[in-house]
Amino acid sequence: MYAKISLLKISTWTITGLFAVPLLVVFASMANFDTQVWSHLLSTVMGSYVLNSLVLAIGVGLGTAVIGTYLAWFMVNYVFYGKSLLNWLILLPLAMPAYIIAYTYTGMLDFSGPLQQFLRTLFDAPFNQQMLPDIRSLEGAVLVMILVLYPYVYLLARTAFSEQSAQFTLVSKLAGLSRFQHMKQVALPLARPSIITGAALAMMEAMADYGTVAYFGINTFTTGIYRTWFGMGNATAASQLATMLCLVVFVLLWIEKSSRKHHSRYQSRHAGSIKAKTTTPLKSAGLFVLCAIPAVFGFIIPFIQLMWWSAQYFDKGVFIDYLPLLGTSLKLAFISAALIVSLALVISYCKRRFASRKIALASQFVGLGYALPGVVIAVGVVQVSGAVDININRFTLAFFDWQPGLIMSGSIAILIFAYAVRYLSVAMHNTDTGLERIKPNVDEVSASLGVNTAQTLQRVHIPLLRASLVSAFILVFVDVLKELPATLILRPFNVNTLAVKTFELASDERLIDAALPAVSIVIAGLLPVIFLTMSLEKRRK
Amino acid sequence: MAKELVINTSTINSVSLKMFSIKPLVCITILLCGSLQVFAQEVNVYSGRQEALIKPLLDKFTQQSGITVNLVTGKGDALLSRIKAEGQFTEADVLLVADVGRLVRAKDMGLTQAIESTDVTDVAKKYWVEETKQWVALTKRARPIMVRKGTFDDAPITGLEQLVGTEFINSICIRSSSNIYNQSMVSALIEIWGDEKTLAWAKGMVANFARSPKGGDRDQIKALAAGECDVAIANTYYLGGMLTSKDEDTRQVAQQVEVVWYDQGENEMGVHVNVSGAAITKYAKNKENAEKLLAYMLTETAQKWYAEVNHEYPVIEGVAVSQELASFGVFKGQTVPLTKIGENNAKALMLMDRAGWK
Repeated sequence: MYAKISLLKISTWTITGLFAVPLLVVFASMANFDTQVWSHLLSTVMGSYVLNSLVLAIGVGLGTAVIGTYLAWFMVNYVFYGKSLLNWLILLPLAMPAYIIAYTYTGMLDFSGPLQQFLRTLFDAPFNQQMLPDIRSLEGAVLVMILVLYPYVYLLARTAFSEQSAQFTLVSKLAGLSRFQHMKQVALPLARPSIITGAALAMMEAMADYGTVAYFGINTFTTGIYRTWFGMGNATAASQLATMLCLVVFVLLWIEKSSRKHHSRYQSRHAGSIKAKTTTPLKSAGLFVLCAIPAVFGFIIPFIQLMWWSAQYFDKGVFIDYLPLLGTSLKLAFISAALIVSLALVISYCKRRFASRKIALASQFVGLGYALPGVVIAVGVVQVSGAVDININRFTLAFFDWQPGLIMSGSIAILIFAYAVRYLSVAMHNTDTGLERIKPNVDEVSASLGVNTAQTLQRVHIPLLRASLVSAFILVFVDVLKELPATLILRPFNVNTLAVKTFELASDERLIDAALPAVSIVIAGLLPVIFLTMSLEKRRK
Repeated sequence: MAKELVINTSTINSVSLKMFSIKPLVCITILLCGSLQVFAQEVNVYSGRQEALIKPLLDKFTQQSGITVNLVTGKGDALLSRIKAEGQFTEADVLLVADVGRLVRAKDMGLTQAIESTDVTDVAKKYWVEETKQWVALTKRARPIMVRKGTFDDAPITGLEQLVGTEFINSICIRSSSNIYNQSMVSALIEIWGDEKTLAWAKGMVANFARSPKGGDRDQIKALAAGECDVAIANTYYLGGMLTSKDEDTRQVAQQVEVVWYDQGENEMGVHVNVSGAAITKYAKNKENAEKLLAYMLTETAQKWYAEVNHEYPVIEGVAVSQELASFGVFKGQTVPLTKIGENNAKALMLMDRAGWK
């Protein structure tokens, strides 16, 4: 028994320790301050970096929280026409990289785009009259990111709502609460940790985004990091900016965590799950429209536009060239997602098993990888793997008079490691909130029956956690599928993915050429989303 | 005798194929091919230029020389970090980048070595080769002014300084100062004009922006054609690419636009020119092949390919360019030492920060 326990602890410390290294490499930059660069930044652009990043993060946080929560509430609590279709339609924007939807909407709505041209003809306006508000603005960026990030909240909130006991609804009814009052006073407070977790993920993703804000010409912390590093050639100051970004996120997450420390909320499955309410046809149609809107704008419209572009100039030869890329993308995403979710489960479980502050803090720390722009993590990993390789070669030269060359650098393993550093947080948020909802007496009962820790995890927790694990897997899978900066820098020779191809074409503003690989990413991302939602539904029934 | 032998082996093969599944055979074949690869001629390229813009050329090189080219593409600076972190064990032999700033940075970081082959260093004019031969330019990219055809027929624009005049209020489209092409352009101006004049010019530009900078170079051309602005600054190969686009709308947009070569007078500075270029890494394991590759990229065939497919100007003389490039006319480029453009990069960005150029 004792050996098993320490094994869990040891693996948790090993994982967090390993994952902390690239982050520490970035944070180590704080050691030497270049006052000249900093006074320049503070006196010129720093204000706009901070302000824009804050507006972006808060806007995306609020927007995703509202949309994700209302979707989850209606989907769990009501029966209405077309619900089974919406079940997976709502998740589809996940498969859309934010910068792709940004490029697509710009293509449609921009000053020189077809819609404005049409409006000018319609109203007989002068040829250079602005007909619509500019999509490429801070508000536009917030909107575009909400459209692709709301599923983060939806997935978590839906799990939370559907695991709430039917007894709660019954009690509310007896107390004379309306359905709305029940939601406000009972269901929402109970689901709060999940909603906040989802919104926090969306906010981190928004803050780390580079593609969208760079294209929209908005200066944020992330574009600032790029400018300072690539433009000024000052990697140290860039890392310092990244560290500050992380610090802000760390403090926010810590406040959020401690605010709900004393509010343990557990699910009790045996009490039966909620019975969804049937509705009148009119209400049913209204609910369908309301729930379909986010997916229509976050997926259907841009997807149709992309399909249209790729169909217009479809080239079979080019398509066949993309197939191997599709294979690589899928393989990388599948292996990474499986690995990352397992690692997250180990850490979350260890946190649960030993309510240790140190472990909680360490896992919080490695979770920061998600808030950093991908390129910063990637370079952190490059430096670590290079240093490891050089030392391995030193060692083998000293003892065996032989040098193996590069082992880590430019290997698939190191690429997956970088994905893990970036996306561990996504998986961990899911496993954490999932485990938090399981009562501790489940563990106690299991222990009293003489079942050891590993077996309890396997036989008791994992089945109870199924929904959380599935959503963790989907989120990491599509994130890796879309991942760009780390893939670009760390990949081995001649390894290419769809995301790389799409980005290279899109960044050259060859949107029509980029449409085909972009559509392929989206479709590749759809498969697991649909498959897993179906399996989840089956299980529920 | 020979005949018999052939028949015999084929019988054995068919027997073994039946007896064992085909999988191990495939595996062995792959392994054999894999081990043979070790002896194959190869050269490893880290490229800051996109795959689509260089792969066809690299494939041609492989066809001609039998040397396999292994490729990783990525952001220029990130690749520099990777080479640096990999130290003496790096597998990269050649570094390809899209602008002179990265070449200068690679040299400053001590990642390059002198190119020895005269097939590389003596082909183009000295101006295009680094003083100590640490890198060479492969193509030129010019950054002129663009206008809608006919807009300024009465009072043509002849100088870059004109753009800061009051008559251009609310009429200029150019992308963000985050972009390397703008950084290089301002770097060159700092070298020619000095800090003060360049800062004043940058402030004047910002005051005349038609919109807050956004999008890429093609986007500025589109905005120009749509009338969102009257003047745009963009690299010529984007216009060339749009003129030959398979999308008809894009072609129509590009056809409305013409190029204005500024400061062409005898004592004037000329149009800003940046380069794409290549260096050989300090610890290159296949230096000979690397030099062969660079030499190939400077042959007339390769230079012509760049000019015709990518619409970039060749660095060697007398190479035919695409019809689109030819239609833009000939121009006088700036003669600022390329190294200076790279060195002034940080200064240029900070200057644009001060001017409020987003």
